[in-house]
Amino acid sequence: MTAALEAAEMGRKVTLVEREPYLGGRVIRMAKYFPKLCPPGCGTEINFRRLRANPRVTIMVDSQVASITGARGDFTATIKTRPRYVNEKCTACGDCEKVCPVERSDSYNYGMKNTKAIYLADALAMPFRHSIDMSVCKGADCGECVKVCKYEAIDLAMEEKTTTITASAVVHATGWKPYDASRIENLGYGQIKNVINNVEMERLASVSGPTEGRILRRDNGEPPSVVAMVQCAGSRDENHLPYCSSICCLVSIKHANYVREQYPDSDVYVFYIDLRAPGKYESFYRKAMEDPKIHFIKGKVARIEEDESGRAVVTAEDIIGGGKTRVACDLVVLATGMEPESKSVAPLMAKFNPDGFILEELQGDAGLIACGVASGPFDVTTSTQNSTAAALKAVQAGARR
Amino acid sequence: MADITKTGAYICSGCGIGDCVNVEALATVATKEGKVAFAKTHPMLCGAEGVALIKGDIASGAVTAVSIAACSPRVCYDIFDFGESAVLDRIDIREKVAWSQEPGHLETQALAEDYIRMGMVKIKAMELPVPFIPEEPSKTIMVVGGGIAGMTAALNAAKAGYKVELVEKEPALGGFANSLGMRLPDKAPYDAPMENDIGQLVEDVIGDDYINVHLGATINKVSGGPGIFDVSLSNGTDKAFRAGAIVLATGFNPYDVKKLTKLGADLPGVVGSVEFESMLKEGKAPPKRIVFILCAGSRDDEHLPYCSSVCCASSLKQAWLARQANPEASVTVIYRDIRTTGNMEFFYKQVQQDPGIFLTKGETPQVAREGDELSVTAENTLLGGKVKFMADMVVLATGMVPSTLDPSVKVDKPEDQMQDFDRDQVGKASILKLDYRQGPEVPDLKLGFPDSHFICFPYETRRTGIYAAGTVRHPMDASVAKNDAIGAAMKAIQCVEMVPRGEAVHPRARDLSHPEFAMERCTQCKRCTVECPFGAINEDEKTNPIPVKSRCRRCATCMGACPVQIINFKNYSIPMVGAMIKAIDMPDEDEERPRVLAFICENDAMPALEMAGINRLRINPVVRFVPLRCMGSLNLQWIADALSSGWDGIMLLGCKHGDDYQCHNVKGSELATIRASKVQETLDRLMLESERILVDAVQISDWQRLPKMIDGFVEQISEMEPNPYKGF
Repeated sequence: MTAALEAAEMGRKVTLVEREPYLGGRVIRMAKYFPKLCPPGCGTEINFRRLRANPRVTIMVDSQVASITGARGDFTATIKTRPRYVNEKCTACGDCEKVCPVERSDSYNYGMKNTKAIYLADALAMPFRHSIDMSVCKGADCGECVKVCKYEAIDLAMEEKTTTITASAVVHATGWKPYDASRIENLGYGQIKNVINNVEMERLASVSGPTEGRILRRDNGEPPSVVAMVQCAGSRDENHLPYCSSICCLVSIKHANYVREQYPDSDVYVFYIDLRAPGKYESFYRKAMEDPKIHFIKGKVARIEEDESGRAVVTAEDIIGGGKTRVACDLVVLATGMEPESKSVAPLMAKFNPDGFILEELQGDAGLIACGVASGPFDVTTSTQNSTAAALKAVQAGARR
Repeated sequence: MADITKTGAYICSGCGIGDCVNVEALATVATKEGKVAFAKTHPMLCGAEGVALIKGDIASGAVTAVSIAACSPRVCYDIFDFGESAVLDRIDIREKVAWSQEPGHLETQALAEDYIRMGMVKIKAMELPVPFIPEEPSKTIMVVGGGIAGMTAALNAAKAGYKVELVEKEPALGGFANSLGMRLPDKAPYDAPMENDIGQLVEDVIGDDYINVHLGATINKVSGGPGIFDVSLSNGTDKAFRAGAIVLATGFNPYDVKKLTKLGADLPGVVGSVEFESMLKEGKAPPKRIVFILCAGSRDDEHLPYCSSVCCASSLKQAWLARQANPEASVTVIYRDIRTTGNMEFFYKQVQQDPGIFLTKGETPQVAREGDELSVTAENTLLGGKVKFMADMVVLATGMVPSTLDPSVKVDKPEDQMQDFDRDQVGKASILKLDYRQGPEVPDLKLGFPDSHFICFPYETRRTGIYAAGTVRHPMDASVAKNDAIGAAMKAIQCVEMVPRGEAVHPRARDLSHPEFAMERCTQCKRCTVECPFGAINEDEKTNPIPVKSRCRRCATCMGACPVQIINFKNYSIPMVGAMIKAIDMPDEDEERPRVLAFICENDAMPALEMAGINRLRINPVVRFVPLRCMGSLNLQWIADALSSGWDGIMLLGCKHGDDYQCHNVKGSELATIRASKVQETLDRLMLESERILVDAVQISDWQRLPKMIDGFVEQISEMEPNPYKGF
């Protein structure tokens, strides 16, 4: 959104292609930003407002780029738009949801909540329209939603659409996904109910999430009294993500804040290798260190096991204190790293480094530009900053000089 | 003023509105009380037929102003877009009524009818904005600072076809990078230092005929504003030019190593990282035993409280190069945390492979001279407990201080005459010398960095059209600084394109409205010039305000500040909101139907309120909401209007202020709070309960909490006597 808006406000026409049915990516699903602990919806709303005010941006949701041909200054892109089965007449009144007989696991909430087969991703969703998950919808045999919709907004026969556009530059802002923590066998993710990852924690802390913002044990819904954050879960590890994901330390400090704010008697343990709070983020770390109930322990977690009461027992080395430490936790949050999505959105023309980040230095001059986590593991503010830069690189591809 | 006889009210009954309220009665209110030309109801205004209906009325000349009572203006914005063909206003009776009120209830109908009354007087007070375009705007970009960030910004603006004036105070380009031997890797596989290629960047800049370089130059003055910054500088000769926007890329100064006496900075053999770098660059063989102490003066309240981000990586680079230069050397690095984020981790791993480099965590390092040797002790190391290392040389890795700081600078004003913005100028290096009433340099948030404070909008300084880039904005390494500079160049380009179109820049991007000052009634009170968060208003010698409109972000804080209400926008004004406040059908004192007026921030509280509606939460029906551009635009006249019209309570729901403020106009909600507190004092004096006015912060994510909070206030108001001014 940032790259699109920066170019459009300058005066260029932009087509914004988004795979999901809504804009906002990963951040709109987060409860708060670090270090101000402010809601991402606030800045997102400003960007939505900028989009509303700017007809130079054509928004294509439910869409993916199928192919790109051509060269800097003259690309042709073919864009496939999945059928949403709900057209632009939808007013999001929600009558359809009431009658829909089928439920689906909600990917927006990482499967921790269900929606109907016809659903609105979020109250802040843009575009503000419903979608149908056809993998669970009963189709025309049911048709309850079609009957109840007053606006002829539901079209169960909608088909995939192909659009061809031309562009002088291509910006890849395809973001990231959380590293699949179930691949880190010793940490028990997917086996132990009370072991979750950091994006799930964001949904638990979000008022629009599965628990309406209350952080609760995943097995019995009880408030936790001991919570652990496990840093570098898959990052800085040759067997998983060899790089540092840059943000997870700060995310975990943020999560420690969530827990401590909700449960003043709780204890939070943060197991880390290096606590990386660069620049002005240092004060955010310091504030957490001043809380005697947040315990920072330098040491890698060896394993997590479930005890008979369903608690997750963390065993870690304690480098400074010496020896091993074992903490029985009600909830363990794995600080999983960011894995670029870029490879899964092939076939584009981009070139990747071995970790899947787009190597812009090889092709920026060719009009193929990358920003945000498509180009490296960055936090939101750095992503915003290099997306603004990406907009200029794209503008240059169409400049006459 | 929109012509009310040429105004049409269009009332939608779709999305449950028609099931909740009597829309025909709403239409009657619009025509009978609002006196509009006509009111039409429709079951689906956003459909093709509904839109055609409105467009037809505009095309036929029947209406020049359109008031749509339907859903929130946050949706269907593209459908109800009539460009400049009509004045448009949207009344939200879907989220704020149909989706959040009890259908068919007396108070629900009263609420919707009041919103129609408010909407009718509102549109009557609105006009299409006439864009303000400064005379002879320039599209040239001035870049201040000829280091990596400044040169990168200049080159990239030039590549996009913009002329650049590049100002450097030193006699040569290159900045701090000139002092480096090798540089940090910024390309895969990130496993070894790279050649310092600053020379190439300098050549590219000098060879670009779109870039005019001023070396050894000092800025004498910058006057004007975006589009019309008039710059005078001298470097032997005096020069003057006009620029449309400014990139501030003046970099950093290394922290003064001499201050680190606790780390032995005064001992022979103890050097700062800058000195060590030049040793390496000059090819001097490093001694055999070297100890690096990281965070020397960083993450330390006595020196720099923040982390300078790059010292870990650059010390690893120096350790690696020292080992290359002297393979006999053994290097120890004492760190608190090794902060090599992202791909720099690969370089860290490479350094860890070197058996001649020993890395250990260590706290509270102490340096002492022991005969010919130096000793370094540290606690809590990886070797267990306290450890002592002997060394021939100790390198203190010093951090970055933004070049905007100069502790010697004082402000020549008595303390009791100092405004916040005057205090902000204390200790600020003289760089831009802006001819601004609020002081010559760009204000910072804290620590001297002129950053935006916003995670989501990093470039917006508090001076419109001036964008900071590189290490002056935040500690960062060279590769991040390059991208940062390109981004800042983009913002500068945007600014020079938007200003000549009369458009506001971020965050009210593309807004064409601007404040107009009825100067004949001005009392020279200076409130607008003092309170403008962006320093947009200058003053003449008689303290008359002189708005420099291209500096304006259109937040309307000046409108809120003005005690004689002379500052207004064509489509947003004190009379407009005042009329809305007075428009409602105020129940009599004995009806026990209190009325509460809520001013809400349009970016946070308003969407939060709508999300409550979308989630079908019940919102108290006695409250009428008036969205404001920013709480800073709240004028006390409105509070007076509300109290004298019989409103029983008033809520001000803006965003969080204080250290972690969220107001996009920096001070809006804070100013509203200050203004409201003055009214509260007055109320107490008038024996009218000050609790009738509530000021609270609402985040966009507070939609679940908001209805309860409102109920709490209404309950409190209900327990009081009705406003005694009711019915007067």
